[in-house]
Amino acid sequence: MSGLVVIGASYAGIQAVLSARDAGYCETISVISDETWLPYQRPPLSKEFLLGRQNEAALTLRNSAFFTSRKIDLLLGIRATEIDRDAQRVLLSDRATLTFGKLLIATGSCARRLSAPGADLDGVCYLRSMDDAIELRSRLQEAAEIVIVGGGFIGLEVAASASQLGKRVTLIESGPRLLMRAVSPIVSEFLLAMHRKHGVDVRLGENLVSIEGRNGKVVSVNCGQTCRIGADLVVVGIGGLANSRIAEAAQLLCRDGIVVDDCAQTSDPRIYAAGDCTIHDNVFAEGWLRLESVQHAQDQGKAAGLAIAGRSSPYVSVPRFWSDQYASKLQIAGISAGFDAHAVRGSIEEGKFSLFYYKGGRLVAVDSLDRSGDQMAARKLLAGRLTPSPEQVADPSFDFRSLMGLASETNAS
Amino acid sequence: MHVKFVQPDGAAAALAMESGASVMITAVRNGIRGIDGECGGCLDCATCHVYVEESQYGNIPAPTADELELLGTITGLRRPNSRLSCQIKAPLAIDTLVVHIPESQA
Repeated sequence: MSGLVVIGASYAGIQAVLSARDAGYCETISVISDETWLPYQRPPLSKEFLLGRQNEAALTLRNSAFFTSRKIDLLLGIRATEIDRDAQRVLLSDRATLTFGKLLIATGSCARRLSAPGADLDGVCYLRSMDDAIELRSRLQEAAEIVIVGGGFIGLEVAASASQLGKRVTLIESGPRLLMRAVSPIVSEFLLAMHRKHGVDVRLGENLVSIEGRNGKVVSVNCGQTCRIGADLVVVGIGGLANSRIAEAAQLLCRDGIVVDDCAQTSDPRIYAAGDCTIHDNVFAEGWLRLESVQHAQDQGKAAGLAIAGRSSPYVSVPRFWSDQYASKLQIAGISAGFDAHAVRGSIEEGKFSLFYYKGGRLVAVDSLDRSGDQMAARKLLAGRLTPSPEQVADPSFDFRSLMGLASETNAS
Repeated sequence: MHVKFVQPDGAAAALAMESGASVMITAVRNGIRGIDGECGGCLDCATCHVYVEESQYGNIPAPTADELELLGTITGLRRPNSRLSCQIKAPLAIDTLVVHIPESQA
């Protein structure tokens, strides 16, 4: 048995094959994708792409020259339907099979679906893939009243894009604040004010009860008995689910995602998994975590590729996220959940600030708004397990490099 | 226009740059070693650092304050001709731009 088969031409899948080849892996490599696009950049789908500033071609991440030069077979428009572990082969939607020595599952995640009455009406959209984004872009042009369900990353970015296109936008969030799972209340407040300033009608603590339609098309969203919001387009962003069904069917250990170790190996030593579809024991979160981010997909993909090439190097990166909304950039390093103290650097009033979060006296995360310098320092501090004091954080003249032992080096060069 | 990538060992590859594309995305798309560009060009990662051919440095649009701030945080050696290649976009008033990949990224 020989060769590597990868399910999914995702950030994780592509980074893995690149890292494997660069580490000297010389067996055959096949990448299967159920999409028909060459691998593409996903973050712009909710932003520049919806705004019409970047088209499909501009989002191409890897072209055919990449696959030729690295001797990788890319099979587009084909879905893996089953993993036969005993025979070490993958069954494909075109009835072909691929035999593998090593297998990588990089199937990503899918949008959690709304279950309310009316959820299947025409005009209820989700955003994950290029095809979703193409549909949403064209519907956005036609639409006048848009309701966004969910105040997470996708919901907020689509709200920003839609309002920049001059649409009337209402965003409903069932929780008490925006981006609740990712940021602290202070950042949530800042984002709320920013979206309201741009004319988005944000309604917190509002539960969607049903969607009403006429002739099969969306006309309004109902929240409770009295609140009815007119809508000709509903965009749902209520979280993602791991695409782990194929792994579950093959009886690989799964739990809200495919369970992997720090080298991206599953419960079967011949099978690896990386990216949104996995759950791993994360040292920064001090627990099991399923992450959806480009950084995670690439770094875990790299760990998988290196392990497959026989040069294991564990995945221990600081988790990172970013989001562009209007002209502001939110960057996150670390996991702030459960923090018990914080310090502010910069000015919240001016919209340029960072929040440093502490748990038990240790720095655990930093959120920054338009302070990318802080963010770069934060990653190094978190990776090195270094904790600046709240006074040092608040002091604009304090240079974090002095904590990293880099100051003297910089002066010397 | 074209961009030529020169590796620290002298190996070079020239590629056509599509209008609107950055030097970084051109490298990533084609699998040029040493340019990761993991943030996609939104000034979040500094993994696409290059040295622009010194004689051409003055002929391309100057870096913004944001780019300069991020250049201050790179792991490799910063030189006067250091740039983040995600911020250099076609078209430029140069036929073939030459960029050198830092030793630390190779």
